[in-house]
Amino acid sequence: MALDLRVPRLRSAAILVLKRNIKVWRKLIGPALLMNFGEPTFYLLGLGFGLGAYIGQMSDMPYLTFLASGIIASSAMNTASFEGMYSVFTRMDQQGTYDAMLAAPLDCDDIIAGEMLWCATKSLISGVAIVVVAGLLGAIGGWQLLWLIPVLFLVGLCFAGPAIVMSALSPSYDFFTYYFTLVITPMFILCGVFYPTDTLPQALQSFTQILPLTHAVALVRPLAAGGEPGGVVLHLAVLAAYALVGFYLAVVLVRRRLIR
Amino acid sequence: MRGDAVISARGLTKRYGADSVVDRVDFEIHRGQCFGFLGPNGAGKTTTLRMILGHCPITEGTLTVFGQSVASQAKSIRQRVGVVAQTDNLDPDFTVAENLAVYGTFFGIEPAQLEKRIPELLDFADLRAKANVKPDALSGGMKRRLAFVRALINDPELIVLDEPTTGLDPQVRHLLWGRVRELTRRGKTILLTTHYLEEAERLCDELIIMDHGRILDRGSPRALTRRHVEAEVLEITDCGGLDESWVAQLSAQAGCRLERVGDTRYCYSNDARSMIPQVESHRQLTYLHRPSNLEDVFLRLTGRELRN
Ligand SMILES: Nc1ncnc2c1ncn2[C@@H]1O[C@H](COP(=O)(O)OP(=O)(O)OP(=O)(O)O)[C@@H](O)[C@H]1O
Ligand SMILES: [Mg+2]
Repeated sequence: MALDLRVPRLRSAAILVLKRNIKVWRKLIGPALLMNFGEPTFYLLGLGFGLGAYIGQMSDMPYLTFLASGIIASSAMNTASFEGMYSVFTRMDQQGTYDAMLAAPLDCDDIIAGEMLWCATKSLISGVAIVVVAGLLGAIGGWQLLWLIPVLFLVGLCFAGPAIVMSALSPSYDFFTYYFTLVITPMFILCGVFYPTDTLPQALQSFTQILPLTHAVALVRPLAAGGEPGGVVLHLAVLAAYALVGFYLAVVLVRRRLIR
Repeated sequence: MRGDAVISARGLTKRYGADSVVDRVDFEIHRGQCFGFLGPNGAGKTTTLRMILGHCPITEGTLTVFGQSVASQAKSIRQRVGVVAQTDNLDPDFTVAENLAVYGTFFGIEPAQLEKRIPELLDFADLRAKANVKPDALSGGMKRRLAFVRALINDPELIVLDEPTTGLDPQVRHLLWGRVRELTRRGKTILLTTHYLEEAERLCDELIIMDHGRILDRGSPRALTRRHVEAEVLEITDCGGLDESWVAQLSAQAGCRLERVGDTRYCYSNDARSMIPQVESHRQLTYLHRPSNLEDVFLRLTGRELRN
């Protein structure tokens, strides 16, 4: 059957979907926040102090600061990816939540826009949790941290789109393992979360330039460490491009799955 | 053609590949009617409803709801429609009352209005005591009742019910039937699909019997029964040792049309009573004498073989 390729429209109805998700999240706020704060605390304490003791400085900053800024970015990636796959798939396939929404005056454009806003909101929450933990540990600080709010939201949008594309294509939960193993984990390892990418072989370095996490780290790290990011336009453009293309493909593929 | 058509379909067709799942179907549903789609599994009932709601692109034909084209106006149409889907899709993360409240927000209903409306709906579904319970803790019948009133949250003009009572016990079915009748009294238009002939007979002013995507016949339950089957049926069930030729002879004498399903013989006639004394004399037979109904029409039109 022909795909419905029409450009999605952004309408205020997307907010209704976002609000529904926030309402569910608020019911489970305790465990949710515990996750958001607990995991990075162990990361920073364990790796930051443990490894930091050997490494000392990296890229002219304490290793704890270097690591914390990397984890802020990668956590935004992970959060949006998880939400866009497991949670979206649950609502789309298992619970029939989208079927119910589609029986109301919402369409796939509204639903996916709302889900992307929600994924980005969760990314922001998880990133801010790490900022708080790292701040308390004295690893980061300063007013420029406020810039992380829009940046982390954009990072969330950037990873939400591709994750929802996976959901729309997936026959079952098992499918997501491929995406995590082949896409998310390599980015986590290669894109400068744990070490600067300029130590990688040249070919690999060029490859990391097309990966969005590289650009997320390039923005987040200087902002966290108290500096000023360079090449801002390029980094924002790459993240925005992934977000927009991801949104478009996600809407087209969810339409194909649900409106048939 | 009357002017007050709520739904109007002309040559409505849905194909998946070469497979015509709904095949050149025409119908018109009027304000205040309870209209039924009746058909065996896979007849195309749900697909027809999905097309009406704009959830399924139409392959051919025209379809308007409230005079608006579904192809271009699906969302503004759905603002005025309530839907109970074939499989429940309640939100498991919310309580009963929250399910109604959140669903109401999708229609842009103001919180103050919802606060007034939700208790009314809970009463209508007899679910007041369960307001703060999650769907997981509800029985199948309660879930269905919740799905039913959730579809009324926007005070819809048209209510679409896809097999609303399948799998429910008789009490819940009767409750829902009563509610459906109340809604039609209030001037709502109802479109329902069902396998239960009794349900169609009790509720529908008009119905379509469909199979393999085609309309086999249409009319009121009474008119359909009159048109397709004799007034009475004598069901004779074999409990061992039935003589086939004896039954055939007997029904020929009484001028019956004889049908066989499994170990039961159906003798259709306008006066089946005359056979009773002879059947009664055979102790290995049980029998049931009843007026014919929509079920007989349905079986006659769609055939007696099993579907898969
Ligand atoms: N997406 C699809 N692709 C291909 N065939 C489909 C699709 N959806 C439905 N069908 C086919 O269309 C036919 C009609 O299905 P439909 O769900 O409309 O039947 P129904 O009358 O509602 O049956 P039931 O009483 O079992 O609910 C079935 O044969 C089904 O397999
Ligand atoms: Mg069906």
